[in-house]
Amino acid sequence: MSVAFLPGVLQTLPQNADYVRILPEIVLSVFGMIVMVLEPLLDEKTGQKILGLIALAGALAGLAATWFMAQVPGVAFWNMIRVDGFSVFFHVLVIAIAAVVILSSYEYMAVQRIRAGEYYALILFGTVGVALMSSAVELVLIFIALEISSISSYVLAGFRRHEAASAESSLKYFLLGSFATAFFLYGVALMFGATGSTNIDLIAQALRAGPIPLLAFVAVALMFVGLGFKVAAAPFHIWTPDVYEGAPAPIVGFMSTAPKAAAFAVLLRVVFVINVHAIFWVIWIAAALSMTLGNVSAFVQDNVKRLLAYSSIAHAGYVLVAFAAAPQLGTSAVMFYTAAYAAMNLGAFAVVTHFANAGERYVTLEDYEGLGRSSPLLAATLTIFLLSLIGIPMTGGFFAKFYVFSAAVKANLIWLTIIGVLNSGVGAYYYLRIIVMMYMRESRKEIPVTPTPLALRVALAVCLVATLYLGLFPGRVLQYAQDSAQQLVPQTSPGVTSSAKVHTATETF
Amino acid sequence: MVPSYVPLSYYLLLSGFLFACGVVGFLIKRNIITIFMSIELMLNGVNLSFVAFAAHWHALAGQVFVFFVMVVAAAEAAVGLAIIIAVYRTRETLNVDQVNLLKL
Amino acid sequence: MPDNYFAGYLPILIHIVLVGGLATVIISLSWLIGERKPTRAKMAPYESGMAPVGDARGRFSVQFYLVAMLFILFDVEAVFLYPWAVILRDLGHFGLWEMLVYIAIVLVGFFYVWKKGVLEWGPAAVRSQAASGLRINLRDVQSGVQVDVRFNDQRGGS
Repeated sequence: MSVAFLPGVLQTLPQNADYVRILPEIVLSVFGMIVMVLEPLLDEKTGQKILGLIALAGALAGLAATWFMAQVPGVAFWNMIRVDGFSVFFHVLVIAIAAVVILSSYEYMAVQRIRAGEYYALILFGTVGVALMSSAVELVLIFIALEISSISSYVLAGFRRHEAASAESSLKYFLLGSFATAFFLYGVALMFGATGSTNIDLIAQALRAGPIPLLAFVAVALMFVGLGFKVAAAPFHIWTPDVYEGAPAPIVGFMSTAPKAAAFAVLLRVVFVINVHAIFWVIWIAAALSMTLGNVSAFVQDNVKRLLAYSSIAHAGYVLVAFAAAPQLGTSAVMFYTAAYAAMNLGAFAVVTHFANAGERYVTLEDYEGLGRSSPLLAATLTIFLLSLIGIPMTGGFFAKFYVFSAAVKANLIWLTIIGVLNSGVGAYYYLRIIVMMYMRESRKEIPVTPTPLALRVALAVCLVATLYLGLFPGRVLQYAQDSAQQLVPQTSPGVTSSAKVHTATETF
Repeated sequence: MVPSYVPLSYYLLLSGFLFACGVVGFLIKRNIITIFMSIELMLNGVNLSFVAFAAHWHALAGQVFVFFVMVVAAAEAAVGLAIIIAVYRTRETLNVDQVNLLKL
Repeated sequence: MPDNYFAGYLPILIHIVLVGGLATVIISLSWLIGERKPTRAKMAPYESGMAPVGDARGRFSVQFYLVAMLFILFDVEAVFLYPWAVILRDLGHFGLWEMLVYIAIVLVGFFYVWKKGVLEWGPAAVRSQAASGLRINLRDVQSGVQVDVRFNDQRGGS
């Protein structure tokens, strides 16, 4: 038994290029560890100041490392990692998300009196997990990456640990999250049983060789349960509003974008492996349910964080529409959507973070009354993000929805498109409600208006620019998404079984 | 001599049974620690099927995966128990029905 | 039976003799050289730092849980050493360096735990833990029986 495994390893020890292909993960981990080790060594005041900066430097270094990684596309570490346009796209996305979250946490940490060290370290570690998810092509490695990101976010959700709501949110996230990952893992095990491998390319080969065994269908369904939880798709969405309500606001911004994007990336890779029609109806139903349930429930919310939680469920539904539209048509739409959604949602949560104030006291819709007068700039920024979430032209949200629905129409998913468009109309109502609250109503409560600190301004500016850029000049990003979607098609070369051959085969492409 | 060969399906049935026990325990139990143990049971069910498939395919990788799952489960357990303690400190209860500050 | 059959077990025999010898030497040396000043506390049966007599359902320090969790983590992380040790010769330098990096990462975690004051017991712990945000009562630490988490007397559980 061991004979089969050993020689393959020994023939091809990792090359230097292999390490470059996981450079962003290495850089982020090292910075995370630096922050973690410095935390007990510094006193609280200096820690508060310095650690955030180190974490930010780490995220920026991670972005730089992604550039180096992008120079050496190919597979690494015995076909466990694949660097292609697809993984580079998601690396840039999630690391940028982490940077923005660190920026918008800067004020929050001081206001909530949270010790900063572990917080920033966990954000960086979580980013390692989500980044690894997007480049892993080995199911067990994907599982480990998923857990790295999940475990970090379980802790981050409960970071206001003296608040009962935060601890409770963390507990719910933890219990339901581990429940879902257990399903994912069972799916991995069954896929291993059905094909004898956990490598996505080898699985694709084995499945194409003959009729697809029933076990493989069950495996994909189980994996879909696990990932569906991560992206908060109905019917696996029940945790979302509770967790988002209790967790610290910047962390909700992180949780609702980065792990979601990475889970969609994994789902895309898995969808490519299996004949999509097998799970077509599962995705169809999940998409329709998520859109409808998310939008309808958001209607009656009066807590902004819960409202955005239901909105994030609805947006997961829109992305799943693109999934249903066959891999070829939908992939670039999915990628574009995750990027646009990240920009606008992070921006919205950055404003919520600032406005929530100490102890997260001001998070109900009522508190937003009169915000247009008391802090006009902040209100205007939030308005743009909300308009983008509705899908108004000139914003990223418009083109995101446009590409998703046009992919769906091209794939003849008329009913799903109708449901989706109707839902977007319904969704407009509750976003507009916030805008109306801000501009049309007088403030009835005495709510302190604090000046916007520099870090938060930078974070908001980044989100704003990204949202408007995607809304005004979507061409380049979409082109990039389409190109990398082309690369995603699994290789059919017989050389995949031998790692030595793959090294040369993929380096040239 | 008694044949030492046990068919693959036996292992798979047992692992499926363990997994199902975990799922049922997760759904019907009310104590957080018990719920948490049910999740561990699910993971162990998965481990069993990994090992069984490893023997079936003569692929050592399946056994190595079990190591990874064990380590991940241990990390999850540590974090989970810490969260449970945090909840207990704020709520003084370990009954999920009473952990209801956020409406579900 | 041929001689060399048992010869194969010679290393194990040597191992047993060495281990037994070392244990004997250590115990007898401390017996011979060590100072003995028995006090009541020292003569009491050792129960991992807990009061050996009393109600078993009392609450005890959350620090026990902390140490237990850390033990599980570091213990389980060591599991990767076994498969590595089996093929170390074949992996050569690469394997050695990889494992050194792995152990270094584990040690970073250990350093963090240490600096956080989790490994401190007794009155000294109070200061460092107060600094690190772990709130533990001085009186509780000194009495050795602590009051932070009750798992035993919770009601309403299934």
